[in-house]
Amino acid sequence: MAELDNLLASREMVLVAGSGGVGKTTIAAALGIAAAERQKARVLVMTVDPARRLATALGLEEFGNAPVRIDPAEFADAGVKVRGEVWVAMLDTKAGWDELIMRHAPDAATRDAVLANPLYENITRRFVHSHEYLAMEQLHDLHARGDFDLVIVDTPPSRNALSILDAPNRMIEFFGSRLLRWLTVPYRSRLFTVASKPFYQVADRVLGSRFLQDIADFFVLFQAMERGFVRRAKEVEALMRDPRTAFVVVTTLETAPSYEARFLARSLVERGMALGAIVANRVLPAALASTAASDSAATLAEAADGDLATTVAGELGVARKTTASVLRQIATRFDDVALVAARESDRRAELADLAPVLLSVPWLAGDIHDLAGLGSLAGHLRNG
Amino acid sequence: MDAKGALATAFDVGELTFEPTEVAPGLSAMAMNTEDSLREYLRLFVRIPLLGRIGPLASTFDFVADAAPGVKEILGVGKLCWEVRERHYDLIVVDAEASGHIVSQIGAPKVIADLVQVGLVRDQTQWMLDILDDPQRTGVAVVTTPEEMPVTETIGLLDRLRAETGAHASAVIANRVLPAMFNRREQAVVDRLDDVMDHLVDAAGPAVATVVDAARLTEERRRTGAEHLDRLRAWMHSSGEVADDLPIVTVPELFSRGSGPRIVSLVAEALTDELDPDPMPATGRRRG
Repeated sequence: MAELDNLLASREMVLVAGSGGVGKTTIAAALGIAAAERQKARVLVMTVDPARRLATALGLEEFGNAPVRIDPAEFADAGVKVRGEVWVAMLDTKAGWDELIMRHAPDAATRDAVLANPLYENITRRFVHSHEYLAMEQLHDLHARGDFDLVIVDTPPSRNALSILDAPNRMIEFFGSRLLRWLTVPYRSRLFTVASKPFYQVADRVLGSRFLQDIADFFVLFQAMERGFVRRAKEVEALMRDPRTAFVVVTTLETAPSYEARFLARSLVERGMALGAIVANRVLPAALASTAASDSAATLAEAADGDLATTVAGELGVARKTTASVLRQIATRFDDVALVAARESDRRAELADLAPVLLSVPWLAGDIHDLAGLGSLAGHLRNG
Repeated sequence: MDAKGALATAFDVGELTFEPTEVAPGLSAMAMNTEDSLREYLRLFVRIPLLGRIGPLASTFDFVADAAPGVKEILGVGKLCWEVRERHYDLIVVDAEASGHIVSQIGAPKVIADLVQVGLVRDQTQWMLDILDDPQRTGVAVVTTPEEMPVTETIGLLDRLRAETGAHASAVIANRVLPAMFNRREQAVVDRLDDVMDHLVDAAGPAVATVVDAARLTEERRRTGAEHLDRLRAWMHSSGEVADDLPIVTVPELFSRGSGPRIVSLVAEALTDELDPDPMPATGRRRG
């Protein structure tokens, strides 16, 4: 069962993807610990906006793009034996954009003008999947610096799982798009283009020429950074297809997330990106779906009010009525859980066909909110 | 608003379009589409009646909407407010975008009013804000599940709604809540069942251990979920005017197959049981 160890040993970048709410951040953190348990390596887990308790568990209190090392003493206290170093960083979109602008601006004047533009924050926060792109950009940056043996990225939750894969290309396309050309045509000359004149008139009337001018000003500045941005986006694109990179798709076995996971897994393969593993999270024990268990529940339901209740009540020294009610509840409520378990088995089989490795993580009691919890999750992942 | 076809599946009606479909007597459903919304907007306000001529216009406009802050959102939220203003329906229920996006959607008129100094759109933000900010007309029902992340997001959303928009939360709905299996006295018995496992195995076979495990697992899940809802409740009570008097409406876990009209009617029954029988006076309600 060394499948995960092998994956983590052979790749330099692991991108953890999946729909929101499936425990992606937690799995990414546990993968980092799993790698450090097995390898004497420097491992970085880069995450986006984790639940606060997980942040605390990881020792992340300050937001920032700079990696922080988890104190080995904390691992020792939690009983987690790591041979390598685990570092964590939290993606800060705003700071990330500022860094990008500073890097790609051809001169100080352009840089300052972009950063001071009233629309800058508003536009960068929302356009062309900027969050996804920034996650990829940061990954590239970290990889290029070569400070880490393995970088694990908890990708941002997205409505459409593909947007993370397409983010670099969309950035490249944006720079060559009609939209940008239109936005950056000097305002006056637009009015002289006969074909588009009616459009500008309507746009002016509805949005106001001042607003359109603000947008144009911003994108004229933005266009000045085209070369840097496009070159970088191409590098990021290539990195995602690099043989040193693998994706781990996380899902629960509920309907919507597993549908999304299958779609994502297929899309990765189509794009020539490596799907390293699928992690099925919060899985019910497979035994719950067995015929033996459901037969047993049916028998228990019949026996609940008979001699069995009397015997059990006597042995435990509790009221017979309470005992009978407990046994009846256990037996009759079993069907609901068994049905869910049966559906889960079916989905698990579908997912297993799509990935070289399918890891199941049982539904763990409570939520994970400390290093010990993450350590035990890492153990589940490593044992498959 | 976030049409992935889920609403059409819920009503089992094939595809939903911008043009409303009557899915049941007195109940119509539509899917938001920015371009159609723009078309309607131009027809109503800019008085461009020639649909053929605005075709290419609309697609260019869509490009702009992609990059210009608030434009796409205002087209969506504007359409909703328009329906409320024109009183085309008694109640409008909006399946809004995920919690991360809803604030920018409800907040769009404010953003536009701040960023756009002149123009038709700016002039129209005020009546939209009047509708969105009036608790008699608009309420945000925040839907969550009893799990860590959804509860944390709910708290964040209630906070942001208050801080960044003028809209009011009207209810928190906790979906897929597991009902309690045992009372305290019964739980004590469950905890000691391992001591009498021999008898259970004699009566119901060796697989009975799995049956008992299933009950314990379900109860453990229920307890964890209840703790998250308690956290939500505690936050709401300490939140001052943000959410102090909001009800938490619960919908039980139905263990049913994914979707479709059957589960929708089951959820509707559960909601009817939970909600005050007095109809709410609101005309515009949202779901986030």
